[in-house]
Amino acid sequence: MFTELNSILNTSPDSFTRGEFILVSDRQSDASFLIHHFLSFYLRARCKVCFLGLAQSFCHYSAVSQRLAKEKGQLVFFEGLKECLSVLTPKENNVESEAMNFLRDPPVGLRSLYEFVRSSVIVSDNMEEGAEQWGPSVLLVDDLSVLLSLGVDVGAVLDFSHYCRALVCSQVQGNMVMLVRCNGEEDDDDDDDDDGDVGSDVLLKGLTHQCNLHLHVQGLPTGYCKDIHGQMEVCWKRRQGDAPHMQKNLFQYKVYDKGASFFARGTSSAVL
Amino acid sequence: MLHNIDVISSNMAAPVNSVGKTSADRLQVNCTSFQKKTRSKLISIPGTRPSVQNGQLLVSTGVTSLDYLLGGGLAVGTVLLIEEDRFDSYSRMILKYFLAEGVVCRHELFVATAQDNPDEILQELPAPILDDVAVPKPVEQPRLTGEPQDSLDAMKIAWRYQNLPKVQSALASSSRFGHYYDVSKTMEVEIRQAAKCHRFYLPDHITPSSAAHRVESYSALLKSLQEVIHREGFDLVTPMSKSRNILRVGLHSLGSALWGDDLCCHDKPRHSHALTTFLYGLRALLRSSLSVAVVTLPSHLIQDRALMGNITRLCDNAIALESFKGSERETNPLYKDYHGLLYVRQVPHLNCLARQLPDHKDLAFKLKRKQFTIETQIHPGTL
Repeated sequence: MFTELNSILNTSPDSFTRGEFILVSDRQSDASFLIHHFLSFYLRARCKVCFLGLAQSFCHYSAVSQRLAKEKGQLVFFEGLKECLSVLTPKENNVESEAMNFLRDPPVGLRSLYEFVRSSVIVSDNMEEGAEQWGPSVLLVDDLSVLLSLGVDVGAVLDFSHYCRALVCSQVQGNMVMLVRCNGEEDDDDDDDDDGDVGSDVLLKGLTHQCNLHLHVQGLPTGYCKDIHGQMEVCWKRRQGDAPHMQKNLFQYKVYDKGASFFARGTSSAVL
Repeated sequence: MLHNIDVISSNMAAPVNSVGKTSADRLQVNCTSFQKKTRSKLISIPGTRPSVQNGQLLVSTGVTSLDYLLGGGLAVGTVLLIEEDRFDSYSRMILKYFLAEGVVCRHELFVATAQDNPDEILQELPAPILDDVAVPKPVEQPRLTGEPQDSLDAMKIAWRYQNLPKVQSALASSSRFGHYYDVSKTMEVEIRQAAKCHRFYLPDHITPSSAAHRVESYSALLKSLQEVIHREGFDLVTPMSKSRNILRVGLHSLGSALWGDDLCCHDKPRHSHALTTFLYGLRALLRSSLSVAVVTLPSHLIQDRALMGNITRLCDNAIALESFKGSERETNPLYKDYHGLLYVRQVPHLNCLARQLPDHKDLAFKLKRKQFTIETQIHPGTL
């Protein structure tokens, strides 16, 4: 958890807005460090977390956070890499993982994956005695662009995120954090619309429209710098009264071994 | 910094008979000042060493300067993507270095090709430059002390040591991290055949005429690799009682038309997800086993840059080679010392938050007889 980011976003594990959809995106950069922040944030806030770890193995996340799921039942971790092998290389006596069956047949869509999320997020009514009472359920997804690479249609991914949002944010009043990774420049000069590029951009636009808070990470416009790893744009969309209110802020950041620091443009320690 | 790594590697040169110990015996590493406390079990496998930065198990790519760029070596469980140069000369060379390093370190190999037979690549492996003779002498002719055989080899003073096998020196070199190779010679047959090598030659598995050829080739490769990993015991779930080894996977020219892919043929390929799905499955296999992969890809044939971005993200390390051969740069005096440019597209940040990006961005390489060097370009005007 990055304390500077908490102060930028004006939240803390003790008090945060519920029912929020936080979109984390990057363009030619890597915003996955923010996913680690939100993972430890919500675990510390004693929320019940459902984590769809599609991009990396469980060891990676636990090695970074170093303190994952010590409490029994707080974290439901879905390891996409492990589950995918049962579908990609099926064996007779292995049970195929239901949630990843879109690998076998991409047009099927992400219904099974949604069912998995639904079963994890909905707290069962008949809990055993002495079970911990967790806070609101939180869904974290790292990352949605992997689904596009695996052949799932953009529309299906948008549907999936919409269903999850309806479930997690509206019904259960929990929070949802999703990571989307994009390629290339925003305004492509090329005439040809490559399916892949258009896909992730369409996905990003669709999700930006749905989200409450958007953190967009990209490299510095001036080029590569060793001390400043990139810039992060924070965009709030709140509804105050009748009018939607949008607020944007730009920060620069540097990722360290155990954390990240954020600072206003031009105030990096390398400069000052 | 390189000096420190050498210190660690000399401490790491564990004799091979310690491999048989159970995992309860942690590797004695007396360089704790460099190493962070990690909870991961350190396995002593020849040809590997823990990373200085995060304690991950690393292997050498066979090219010392490339090891340095990747942060000390290639992490076990990861993929290195090499975007081929136009004629696939230097990318193929790095693949051969990688496989040759595996032979010298006594790792097992898995080579998959669609174009040339894997045996052709194996026959072209460069000869290692070893301090001692590493060829295990054939033992079927026990020497009698009276025989004047090989009088040049006969020891005059230390004759008691005459008949001791020379294999011990091979072990000493196999526990060192990173070796040098002489590309003007090929590896001797005895050394090469001492390594266990699994081959996957696509025409043996798929009949080209079958309609399912397009998407089947990658899944056949994935199945074959998984079967080898499981059968030979590279799974991480295999009990630690037996001695462990590393599987080096070399995949040549993935994405080319010979793999049944039309990524290189069309602007909008029909099965653009076959390769990315394969890479996802490959990552899943590698993360759950003691293996490491090098994949070469003719990226100059792929028009879709966004697709290259997806492919790069599904690999952990990625470099691109651009050779000067045949271009106007070949005669440019600026580049006369080099054979081409090398771009580091991606380095991983596994088990930690931050990437270790190389300090330099302008890198050029040169293939010398005994070394593949990668250096920062020094432009004349900047001196």
